Amino acid sequence: MSNSENFILDTIEPEVADSIVSSRRDAFAKYGKLALIGSAPIVLAMASKEAFAAGGLPQQVVDVLNFALTLEYLEAAFYKKGNGTKGLIPARYRALFKTIGAHETAHVALLKGALGAAAVAAPAVDFTAGGKYADAFSNFQTFATLSATFEDLGVAAYKGQAGNLAGIPVLTTALQIHSVEARHASAVRPLIGKAGWDDAFDKPKTKNEVLAAATPFLA
Amino acid sequence: MANDPILSRRNVLKWSGAAATVVVAGAVLPNFGITAALAADLGAGDIGVLNYAYALEQLEAAFYTQVLQTPYAGMTGDEQTILTAIRDHEIAHRDFLKKALGHSAIPDLEVNFGKINFNSRKSVLGTADVFENLGVAAYNGAGKLIQKVDYLAAAGSIVSVEARHAAAIAELLHGGSAAAAGAGHVDGHGLDGALSPKQVLPKAAPFIKTPVTAMSL
Repeated sequence: MSNSENFILDTIEPEVADSIVSSRRDAFAKYGKLALIGSAPIVLAMASKEAFAAGGLPQQVVDVLNFALTLEYLEAAFYKKGNGTKGLIPARYRALFKTIGAHETAHVALLKGALGAAAVAAPAVDFTAGGKYADAFSNFQTFATLSATFEDLGVAAYKGQAGNLAGIPVLTTALQIHSVEARHASAVRPLIGKAGWDDAFDKPKTKNEVLAAATPFLA
Repeated sequence: MANDPILSRRNVLKWSGAAATVVVAGAVLPNFGITAALAADLGAGDIGVLNYAYALEQLEAAFYTQVLQTPYAGMTGDEQTILTAIRDHEIAHRDFLKKALGHSAIPDLEVNFGKINFNSRKSVLGTADVFENLGVAAYNGAGKLIQKVDYLAAAGSIVSVEARHAAAIAELLHGGSAAAAGAGHVDGHGLDGALSPKQVLPKAAPFIKTPVTAMSL
């Protein structure tokens, strides 16, 4: 640690300084290798093609991206079906859902492009969740409820994985997707009578929590 | 604005940080530039980033506080509900960051809202739109500068709320369109903006009376 760094840390609360120092040490131990592999590229596709070309993506990153891809497949398929179902979406909201669907399709393409051969296949889906939402594509309120659920789930899922991407360029791309999902959630929630948010701070979900919530929709 | 008791009180708060912190604080203010400090000492990185976020949250909190103190003509009940919630979120973000920074926090910023017509719905919501989208891009771009995973998680918990705000404001401005989904801010890859502090600060600068004199105390 440099003198100036010590000087800065001396000016803040001791326990905070300690935790900053120790967590930085942890972060380097955990991500140092990844940080060396990837540096400048921000766009995910570039990250895969340039920074990771030699040995492919580190497994930890592959896991996170495939997890994200699975959710994006689910969302993209949901909006493809909804936007293609005549009479489901009121005229006022068609542009909104068309744009949301286009974003999710773009996320799928982006993640698939980054993962290349490591990309998981699209899962089989059941948006009625075994009949629980039988009118998913005939009742706009049900459709919008599922949409808001998927979007909020996506926000929490990306947020929960940010730490696993710390120190590597794909973090920025993941954050850029994360905030788009949040825009979607806030745009859709009012259609089912909810505010666009729960609170001042959005909460993350672990991978297991997300999978538990998504599993009913995977056939 | 100068007669506003809350904002005036903000102006007289004295800078009380240590010399080392002044360097960091100076680094995040518009007339300086954060990157030099970050590059010079990564140990100061997280404090610099948190102060950067704290500066933006101060700006937003002060803005919405004023919006609710002097509501624009014709503000509907729904609009008031939304703007009040956003104000409370920004205050919570500001206070959270201030607490996290402790003694390293930059002083209260003096704002300059002279170009905003608080009686005009268009001016107020247009400014809100700018602030929220700037906030989203700022946090997205700052994520990679954060060392401590806990701080990254905290920033993540804030940025998605800013994005939710951006959608709500977009809906108020352009209801019945794709604006709330991010049209105009989200690119062809479905990606939101991500800006560096160097790109963000000049955009925020017109709204902040840079307390340069406070820096030299």
